Amino acid sequence: MQAMVYRGPYKVRVEEKHRPRIEHPNDAIVRVTIAAICGSDLHLYHGMMPDTRVGMTFGHEFIGVVEEIGSSVQNLKRGDRVMVPFNIYCGSCYFCSRGLYSNCHNVNPNATAVGGIYGYSHTSGGYDGGQSEYVRVPFADVGPTIIPAWMDQDDALMLTDALPTGYFGAQLGDIVEGDTVVVFGAGPVGLFAAKSSWLMGAGRVIVIDHLEYRLAKARSFAQAETFNFTEYADIVVEMKKTTGFLGADVVIDAVGAEADGNLLQHVTAAKLKLQGGSPIALNWAIDSVRKGGTVSVIGAYGPLFSAVKFGDAMNKGLTLRMNQCPVKRQWPRLFEHIQNGYLKPSDIVTHRIPLEHIAEGYHIFSAKLDDCIKPVIEVSAA
Amino acid sequence: MPYTSNKPQQPPSSAELRARVPGWGVDLDPADRPSVPRERFDPAQTGAHWDLPDQQAENWPRERSIEHQRLTPVFGTSTPPKGLSGAMRKYAYRRFSEARAAHWLILIAADRVDATGSHLRSFLTLHPDNPITETGVLSEFTHNPVSSRVKKGRADLHHNWMDPIIVGGPWILAGSIVLWFGTRTVARLRRH
Repeated sequence: MQAMVYRGPYKVRVEEKHRPRIEHPNDAIVRVTIAAICGSDLHLYHGMMPDTRVGMTFGHEFIGVVEEIGSSVQNLKRGDRVMVPFNIYCGSCYFCSRGLYSNCHNVNPNATAVGGIYGYSHTSGGYDGGQSEYVRVPFADVGPTIIPAWMDQDDALMLTDALPTGYFGAQLGDIVEGDTVVVFGAGPVGLFAAKSSWLMGAGRVIVIDHLEYRLAKARSFAQAETFNFTEYADIVVEMKKTTGFLGADVVIDAVGAEADGNLLQHVTAAKLKLQGGSPIALNWAIDSVRKGGTVSVIGAYGPLFSAVKFGDAMNKGLTLRMNQCPVKRQWPRLFEHIQNGYLKPSDIVTHRIPLEHIAEGYHIFSAKLDDCIKPVIEVSAA
Repeated sequence: MPYTSNKPQQPPSSAELRARVPGWGVDLDPADRPSVPRERFDPAQTGAHWDLPDQQAENWPRERSIEHQRLTPVFGTSTPPKGLSGAMRKYAYRRFSEARAAHWLILIAADRVDATGSHLRSFLTLHPDNPITETGVLSEFTHNPVSSRVKKGRADLHHNWMDPIIVGGPWILAGSIVLWFGTRTVARLRRH
């Protein structure tokens, strides 16, 4: 089969690989129809995530058709069209039984601090991902769901990670009616977090980025006010001014490990790999939120330490909330919101790229060419 | 002003927001949100029909964190450890917990050893690494490279110039060393 493979930092190609096989009675093999490149895939692509091995196939956002099932699978059959959450989880461990699906303890021998994620390095369990013609899907009775007949394929794809993560980020903010919510990052997850903040009753939603085309999308897609941080000497002071010097009630970090805005932080983290991530957006969040406010972190960071301003967070009495999103917990409500017309996640898709040109797809997304917001990979086995 | 007890700015009214934003407030009740409360014990909800999943076969000694009591029932089987990078990875897992910087720094170093070794080995195959196609840089000719960057005020342009050095620098350095040794060797042979 054809699959994307990692060849080292900034290099990927399509190779012929062995088709995955059933390795556990509750596995399924899914023939991928479409996949997406996530902003967090760029952390792997740039060599930031420890134990990212040459030859691994990335991709934790994908949908497809069930091709084969293991002997204990009860809920799926061959030919079912399924959407697969980015979390790999057993459904029965201490954490899964309490709804913390992204923190499953039974799927990742490499680390206890993170659950299993498709195609996201051995630090997340060593599973190949879905930027490929076929993918092994563990716990087929737990993770995947049959795509409802009414649902658009691109909407289903956005539901595997980006939309639920943004929606979850807004929930972590504990937004109450009338709150001012600031979202750092106007990528897919930030756009969805901004949109979701309105659903939870925000009185004002502000999105901050340095890419003007993404801020334009934040205005049109998420009805948000926008600030381009490169236009201000100090974006934190600007946030204080625009909130009457109080600070925002809730700030969401939807940027993560490769944040820009401070050259030293960015270079030590993203280029020299001396930090787990560049915490510029997180530090701006801590400084922009009001005392007693909440900072929600859904941007992805590596496991190494990062230079975070915990002193300010402590002195301000902040609540810091964060996690990888337990995707399937969000689905029933998000299905409703899509059916009711409150959310149209596929509106953020900007590029469609055949699997054989995936190296160009990574470069376009990484270099922010051509106003790229969300690239979808068309897999030829579709 | 926050210097008095009042909130400095009042948000628009709910009616105004509802009219302006489709779906405003449909998830207004914090108690009625999908991830609230954070932990909700309901194992019947997940679709799992086991207390402990069956154990997946371990076809090679699977590296694992020493913070785990046992090998997890299910695990990924992509790219087993091999060669020097594999030995470094196994050592990092065997010796250091996730709490130790050494664990992660060895793994990052192993990634670089893996990449370098894989590049070199690829030149002995019919499918050698090709930095032009594998970096996707050809898309620069077709996807508006100038208008995507010029007069855009992009913060990342301050450091993007480093990327070609990070990708190509080690190869230029290695090539220069080989060239230097080669030239010296040829010169010595000529003298003799």
